[in-house]
Amino acid sequence: MTVTAVRKDPKTLTMTLEAEFAAPPERVWQLWSDPRQLERWWGPPTYPATFTKHDLAPGGRAEYHMTGPEGDQPHAYWEVLEVEPPHRLVFREGLSNADGTPNSDIPAFIARVRMEQVSQGRTRMSIENVFPSAEALEQVLGMGMEQGLTAAVGQIDALLVEDAVTHG
Amino acid sequence: MVVFVQVAPPDFDRLFGALADHPRRDIVRRAIGAEEGIVELASHYPMSFAAVQKHIAILERAGLVSKERTGRRKIVRTDLERLRQVRRLLDQYEELWRGRIDRMTELIATTTEDNP
Repeated sequence: MTVTAVRKDPKTLTMTLEAEFAAPPERVWQLWSDPRQLERWWGPPTYPATFTKHDLAPGGRAEYHMTGPEGDQPHAYWEVLEVEPPHRLVFREGLSNADGTPNSDIPAFIARVRMEQVSQGRTRMSIENVFPSAEALEQVLGMGMEQGLTAAVGQIDALLVEDAVTHG
Repeated sequence: MVVFVQVAPPDFDRLFGALADHPRRDIVRRAIGAEEGIVELASHYPMSFAAVQKHIAILERAGLVSKERTGRRKIVRTDLERLRQVRRLLDQYEELWRGRIDRMTELIATTTEDNP
């Protein structure tokens, strides 16, 4: 298990996740900076990602689409805001229309990626995502998500209500 | 992704516990009972009425609370369904990222073997 921490705040629509890798930051950075390597992990096996543009420079853009089992192809883009290899990458991610233009109906969200060496050959990577609205999050999940998860998680609804009341 | 949720359900204590100090978290919690208006809610916090009003407006925009009129009062009520819905979305997003981290880990492991 390489994920070391997850924090989720439903009220501010933020998710922060930390993971550790047995590699130096330079190696982990390559997984982001080399589009061919990025394609091998960004999309789930059922929705592989193809990056058609990938310019990790401030003001640069990346464009990609995912290909689903039924041939559906959701498109998305990154607008690169900050880059500091191999430690920091901040970008705005949004959904695009099929022609690559941003879909302005769905607000983009910010992703902050940090990589730091925790010991020789070990890197901690943290990802922070802040969503502007539940709809934006929902749309992002619509890309490449397997069916059935909502139902599985739905079973714990009753527990959540109980918990909210107990802690109130 | 589905498998993971079944194996390790999210830790609700951590979620609610970690957010206990957050004023908005607290407002959402108080408003579950839907008994208080903005003035009453504001009396619980060492901040200005305007600041509390602002927090409530943010929560309202997120669809987490709504104001409803009962007689002459305006009550703030938490939308539990909305809270659960957002929570589910964040859970799914976490799963998406856990999958990505697994693939990154695999990729690093295989390339390290290839070029030591």
